[in-house]
Amino acid sequence: MSIALAGSGGSGVMTAGTLLLDAAARAGLYGIMVRTSGPQIRGGEAAALVRLAHVPTTSLDDRFDLLLAIDWQNIHRFADEIPLSAASVLIGDPDEGTAPEVFTAAGARYAMLPLKKMAKAIPGSWTNMVALGVAGALAGIEREALAAALRASWKRADDKLTANLAALDAGIAAAADIGASCALPPAPTPGTGRWLLSGNEAAGYGALRGGVRFVAAYPITPATELLEWMAPALAKVGGTLLQAEDELASINMIIGASYGGVPSLTATSGPGLALMTESIGLAVAAEVPIVVVDVMRGGPSTGIPAKSEQSDLSFAVSGLHGDAPRLVLAPTSIADCLTTTQWAVHLAEALQAPAIVLSDQFMGQSRAVIDRPPDVDFAGARLTAAANAPDYKRYRDTPSGVSPMAIPGTPGVVYTADGLEHSEAGIPSSQSRDHRLQLDKRERKLLLHDYGDRWADVEGDAAADAVVITFGSTTSAVREALARAACGGVHAKLIALRLLAPAQPERLAPLLAGVDRVLVVEQNHGAQLYRYLRSVYDLPGKVSSFHRPGPLPLRPGEIAEAVFAWRKA
Amino acid sequence: MSLPRTLAELMTEALIMEIEAAQRYSEFADAMETHNNLPVAELFRKMALIEGKHAEQIMAQMGWTTTPVTTGKRIWEGFEAPETTPGDEVHYLMQPYHALELALAAEERAERFFGRLADEAKSEAVKSAAREMQQEEREHVELIREWMARVPPPEAGWENDPDPPRYTD
Amino acid sequence: MNDVAVAAPPTAASYKSGYKPIWCPGCGDYSVLSSVTKALAMIAVPPSMVAVVSGIGCSSRIPAYTSCYGFHGVHGRSLPAATGLKVARPELTVLVASGDGDGYSIGGNHFLHACRRNVDLTYIVMDNHVYGMTKGQPSPTTEPDWDSKLSPGGTGVRSFHPLVIALASGANFVARAFSGDPNGTAEMIAQGIRHPGFSFIEILSPCVTFRPEQREWKRQMHAAPVAPTDDPARAARRIMTDDGFNIGVLYVGKRTPYPAVTGKVKCAPEALEAEFAL
Repeated sequence: MSIALAGSGGSGVMTAGTLLLDAAARAGLYGIMVRTSGPQIRGGEAAALVRLAHVPTTSLDDRFDLLLAIDWQNIHRFADEIPLSAASVLIGDPDEGTAPEVFTAAGARYAMLPLKKMAKAIPGSWTNMVALGVAGALAGIEREALAAALRASWKRADDKLTANLAALDAGIAAAADIGASCALPPAPTPGTGRWLLSGNEAAGYGALRGGVRFVAAYPITPATELLEWMAPALAKVGGTLLQAEDELASINMIIGASYGGVPSLTATSGPGLALMTESIGLAVAAEVPIVVVDVMRGGPSTGIPAKSEQSDLSFAVSGLHGDAPRLVLAPTSIADCLTTTQWAVHLAEALQAPAIVLSDQFMGQSRAVIDRPPDVDFAGARLTAAANAPDYKRYRDTPSGVSPMAIPGTPGVVYTADGLEHSEAGIPSSQSRDHRLQLDKRERKLLLHDYGDRWADVEGDAAADAVVITFGSTTSAVREALARAACGGVHAKLIALRLLAPAQPERLAPLLAGVDRVLVVEQNHGAQLYRYLRSVYDLPGKVSSFHRPGPLPLRPGEIAEAVFAWRKA
Repeated sequence: MSLPRTLAELMTEALIMEIEAAQRYSEFADAMETHNNLPVAELFRKMALIEGKHAEQIMAQMGWTTTPVTTGKRIWEGFEAPETTPGDEVHYLMQPYHALELALAAEERAERFFGRLADEAKSEAVKSAAREMQQEEREHVELIREWMARVPPPEAGWENDPDPPRYTD
Repeated sequence: MNDVAVAAPPTAASYKSGYKPIWCPGCGDYSVLSSVTKALAMIAVPPSMVAVVSGIGCSSRIPAYTSCYGFHGVHGRSLPAATGLKVARPELTVLVASGDGDGYSIGGNHFLHACRRNVDLTYIVMDNHVYGMTKGQPSPTTEPDWDSKLSPGGTGVRSFHPLVIALASGANFVARAFSGDPNGTAEMIAQGIRHPGFSFIEILSPCVTFRPEQREWKRQMHAAPVAPTDDPARAARRIMTDDGFNIGVLYVGKRTPYPAVTGKVKCAPEALEAEFAL
């Protein structure tokens, strides 16, 4: 069940969408809410895209069942984002003009509701609460869940709450007259142990669970909410967040703090990551653990700041100068933003290397109802040097490649961390032996580490001779597409890579045994994952690519179509 | 120039002078070594040893077992002690003769310094000790002059380097 | 007059490492290194509780020459690295070393914000008005008519006034020092370390290789004729009108330093889950 609530600034559609999702969660449903809006800081056109289901879902569907517009100011701009079909219902306020042709063209049933007049009839109430009542009722959500969500969010005077509850009821009553048939049946049991959060919040929380206690960052869309969530949270757990003057500063601040022994993180998006790369190389060379969460957006350059795209992959896996082994991870869902970021902190600390986490705007800024992610306790932490350790050498060539890191304040093991190539003792060196030794060491520690099964999500028929490989937020849409393909008799397994670098050929190879065709699915223009996989893995048989840039999310239907075409080819 | 009132004060200043001169010479020696100018490095190392010995002599004379720590303004004018060669007066291609010239200038400054102290000292103990120090520095001046007579003066164009400076970082 | 007392460790020598500097013989940075070690001996903080953070350039080689923890990062970013370190580990004494190219050009923005942020750091900039490590190009403090291969006939661009910029940006301690005055410089560095907040010490340190005329500096330098003020406007007026060779502490402010991590744990991270739970 997919619902779009649209209207111009001040109409309150985002609030209505948030309450709708909250109410759905109270009614035992899962769901996701994606925000979309015009470029204006305030007052621009906006839409809350809500999808509800009985099972966890974090992708948007092919079509919307309902588009409810409080007004139509510039709402036509969302035509691509809110595709309708003949089965859809379109609701508009006749006093606000008529629906643009881009929406009616699909043949959707167009119902009129005087939303504003209905709200005006209840003094002190808001139009968006009428809309919430209409949308909630059409989605099949009980009145009590909607009212509870409204009450829980209420921070103003009680008389206004009463008025808005009345508006909600007016909406519910009006929905009965529309009589759409898309309502979800009630959820079997209202779920317990569920969470409602965004990918940005999940990543922030994962970072804290991983031990991050210092964050420095520069505001950037769509990563800012991650930072805004972390600022007060860090203060509670004994850490701090520092707003830097730019990304050049923020990356170096976290390197400085981590050099001081405190697990550190920054969050940014493509333009910021680009600025940080020189210093990420420093973290590689000086072996300072750091985590950089890149909430990807449309690129290159300023690109499309508030829209998602998986187009920083190439840059993340190869965009540092010199031979610079680094960890690149990608959460495969909003819930996984927590676990993957926590894992990234653990890996960075254990391997004394930078870890880049590729989230994206779609996961980062969408809110979802999820099952509480399982607690994961990653054993092992940063290997540090004991005071007065004999013959201490910071960059000693150990079998694992990981060498004890002296933390400032520890007597008898002082050293200088250096971005210049260095000897085992950390002294600048341009000797071929030292260079080779340190390059080998830094590569080896990442290659030898046992990443376990977490490196990828592997799903579907183990015996299938076809495999779809994807990563990041696209995973959810691919999963859904493969379920549809299976209904159509086409089977393939799904491999969603969580650990993108270093590549894990020994782990992928057994999964590819007996596979004679591979489809790589991703959301970017350059088929970046496809190209990367071809460069680091041996892929069997025919290898195809389905890729498309943002800003529109990859939808299950188009992926399913691609899967059918691929299997027939 | 403020004057030392006691012998201990005078000797403290003299000691600091010797220590600082020794430190500067050993800094020069290290720098010359790093820059592959070994003859000059060796010479500066020798100077550092000599000044260090002077410092030890003062310690022994005064019966001190540790270096007195002093704060505040020194009695000499200018930024550094008279016997210390300014850090910027060396050159990586300099020749032993140049090093001796610097040492000579330093000893001459020291000699003048103690001479003035002796002239102006109010206490007899300080005056005679300063005079003694002046005499010692005069002997050093003479020693270095003799030394210079045995060392060839620098060739013309000694500072010419056919290779340009190198890029490092 | 001098107070004579029995020596107590540590001495300046205990803050020097066994590594020999690669600076040209005659470089002012040798004396700055000596001043840094003397200042640390005055503070008597154990070397393992000190971190010396730098960027790239001749002056930025200083950390490994000390027996303290060192961080030799990328060009221009010493202040952010030091900021992160000090905020996260407030118990450490953090010294930041830079040069006029590293600190005022590529790292110029960080300079402004480090001054305003007022983290308890001591920032020493060895200013020789030239890029030494890349072979003699003009820096932000180079005179506009200084001829070089990269800018024949001079840049024609006025030079930067680091002290005034530091004041205008909120630095809490501003001093000008001279490498040829190692003891005076050591005193200033020690004062800077002791003074809370961001202490900025511009150290004129000649480059005998690319700017041999700077050997004259030792004849031009003189002690600042007046005591430091706590009035930034007054300090700025003095600095703007002095001859550029006035050395001494010029401004001592009273701003509250940037708060460091307190480490006070109000709750375990798991307690934060409550806000996500339905």
